[in-house]
Amino acid sequence: MSIAREPGLAPVAEAPLLPAQARGARVAGMALIGLAVLVALVFAPGLEGAATFRLSRPTDPWALPDLVVPALSFAWVAAGVLAFLGARQFLRGGGRWTGLSLGIGLALAVAAFLVWATAGKAFSLTGMLQATVVRAVPIALGGLAGVLSERVAVVNIAIEGMLLAGAFTGALIGSVLGGWSGLVAAVAVGGAFGFLLAALVVTYRMDQIIAGVVINLLVLGLTSYASSQVFQEYRHLNNAPVFRPIAIPLLSDLPVLGPVLFRQNLFVYGAAVMVAVSTWYLFHTRHGLRARAVGEHPRAADTLGIDVYRTRYVHVTMAGMVAGFGGAWFTLGSVGRFDEGMTGGRGYIGLAAMIFGRWHPVGALAAALVFGFADSLQQKLALLGTPIPSEFLAMAPYVATIIVVAGLVGRARPPAADGKPYVKE
Amino acid sequence: MSEARDTAMAALMARAAPGRAAVEDLVVVPVFAVAVALLLGALTMLATGVDLPTIGRSYVALAVGSVGSLNALSETLTAAVPLVLAGLGLALGFRAGLFNIGAEGQVLMGGMAAVALGIAWPGGPALMLVPGCLLAGALAGALYAGIAGWLRVATGAHEVISTIMLNLIAYRLVDYMLRQPFFQREGRADPISRSVPDAAELPRLLSGLDANLRVHAGIFVALGAVALAQWLLFRTRLGFEFRASGENPDAARYAGIRAGVVIVVAMALAGALAGLAGANQVTGVLGRASPGFSAGIGFDAIAVALLGRSHPWGVLVAALLFGALEAGGRQMQVDAGVSIDLIAIIQALIIVFIAAPLLVRALFPWGFSRGRTGGGA
Repeated sequence: MSIAREPGLAPVAEAPLLPAQARGARVAGMALIGLAVLVALVFAPGLEGAATFRLSRPTDPWALPDLVVPALSFAWVAAGVLAFLGARQFLRGGGRWTGLSLGIGLALAVAAFLVWATAGKAFSLTGMLQATVVRAVPIALGGLAGVLSERVAVVNIAIEGMLLAGAFTGALIGSVLGGWSGLVAAVAVGGAFGFLLAALVVTYRMDQIIAGVVINLLVLGLTSYASSQVFQEYRHLNNAPVFRPIAIPLLSDLPVLGPVLFRQNLFVYGAAVMVAVSTWYLFHTRHGLRARAVGEHPRAADTLGIDVYRTRYVHVTMAGMVAGFGGAWFTLGSVGRFDEGMTGGRGYIGLAAMIFGRWHPVGALAAALVFGFADSLQQKLALLGTPIPSEFLAMAPYVATIIVVAGLVGRARPPAADGKPYVKE
Repeated sequence: MSEARDTAMAALMARAAPGRAAVEDLVVVPVFAVAVALLLGALTMLATGVDLPTIGRSYVALAVGSVGSLNALSETLTAAVPLVLAGLGLALGFRAGLFNIGAEGQVLMGGMAAVALGIAWPGGPALMLVPGCLLAGALAGALYAGIAGWLRVATGAHEVISTIMLNLIAYRLVDYMLRQPFFQREGRADPISRSVPDAAELPRLLSGLDANLRVHAGIFVALGAVALAQWLLFRTRLGFEFRASGENPDAARYAGIRAGVVIVVAMALAGALAGLAGANQVTGVLGRASPGFSAGIGFDAIAVALLGRSHPWGVLVAALLFGALEAGGRQMQVDAGVSIDLIAIIQALIIVFIAAPLLVRALFPWGFSRGRTGGGA
């Protein structure tokens, strides 16, 4: 370090890397070269024809022509770029470029995969992106619920249960009183479970992970019991109206972006607004600052006169409400009826999205979009008939989460007091 | 000064009468927990429009179906065996300060390994196949859980997240494997495996009396595991290291305990026991693998380990209780028409009250000695 600052010596081009960074860069380089080999050896051989991606439907006001990609050339170019990025990472160990190169590399690999799967066929890209956004909604809201509670140092394993409770309530109340009442009730019930979690871990100092697991088991039990005991007999109680997509004037006519972003239902817009509001709240308001202080150093926050217990209660309850809204998506936002265990682990993926997104609402949203993409890709692949089993694609988000948690792609740091109960002295 | 004297007195008092506190934690809290959970279960039934006589009948059915007949006892024991095994595994992890949520995935992997060996060796002698299948299950579970342990040691990845993810991966992996020609039953399109050969099945103990009695030799495996866990935890150096790391990881590390070894071994052991539970299910009860054949055993085992206070004998008792709830719940569904899902609610409520003794004390101020939380008052 000091040598670099000494005048007269040869200037050092970049700040010296920490050993961990250099290791990370090498790992990233190897991963990229691995992807290049994968693209060259698995996707490129035997590839012929062109992949046709439909961007617009013929009925759209401003229709775009189809995107036609010559499959073989694309695969070779992608492999070449991946190899270049990988070699550069490996040899130069470019510290701050690691994340960017990895991002570009992964996107390229996914594109190469899509082209390979679509070669000789046609496929609606806009449709898949639209499905991506829709499927990202519960994950993003689950992730946001995680951010809100973990920022005040309450680990929230219970997101899955809160989503499920929201879905169930949405279906039940929505069937009886209508969609809006169902939505309000789902938010309220989510909030109630958030409050329960807060009470268990803050007041009764139960282990946070146990409390979360228990809430998940309890909600799964309650909703399964009610649906087998009540819904089977009284089917009209499980037949809620579904919120239809609302097209935003003008914007919804844009090619590609219109259908993907501006012809969606309430839940998509709601998730976007909540992510924006909570980012502003957490990082640009006094209350948000206090909340984060409680998550980082509750003792210090307490000394400064912040009520640690109340802050935790409030935020975990809010997290529950967000998750309840996300849960309503399953019933009021898509199918209108409740099925046992219909959240299918989305809450856990939301937790993963939170970690991916480094405990930041926007990060969680971005990660949720990646998971949503994997989810919709898996659905579409069945239509395209590729030899890759859909089960492996369905696993991809979980494997990616393990890789991220293991810190192989840059380490994310949770709030310092995360998971620790606070005892006021 | 008087304050300091009070605390000193309180400490002395606590030391003089540890029995009372221990009895409260080990007996009074669990008894309250079970009672309150049953009461809240009744309220849940009321809330869903079940009338009072039916509620009474359903609890009678619960009792009869769990311990009321030889068949009921057989069912209770059959349901308890995998819970004992997986619960012991989780208890070992808890003792070492590890929170393994992955028993479900480990049960699945263990069961698949056992089925795989059975299918691969259809003509094998029972003397080799039965222990072979169990061993394959234990090994697969240990390896699968070992991933999470190794990740924790090598990279610091928290085992809660990685085991949850490994669970979700295991579900997909089982779905995939069950569609492969090696596993899939001939002539079936749905994911269901071939049956394991008869020689690989754990022998039924009472089939001489009545062919319907399903209780099988897995009981001995479970009892052996309890004894082994007891010995390991309280009689060996490794067990001491587990307990020391669990109670105070910093102190344990300072005292020279090999934290990395403890984590990997504890996870692998937990996985081995959960895998054994899976092998036990496919070779003792189901005879084949199907999607989600773990049936939540891995999650119930969390409850069992907590209820058993992570003590091998406690786990045994807790697993018997949960097995009884399971068997009785089926009877309840038949006799009173109340869905067996009610049992899941009761189980979850039991854990809530077990894991939050402060809550039980707050709800029921009587029955507990005062002053444990009041600091000598």
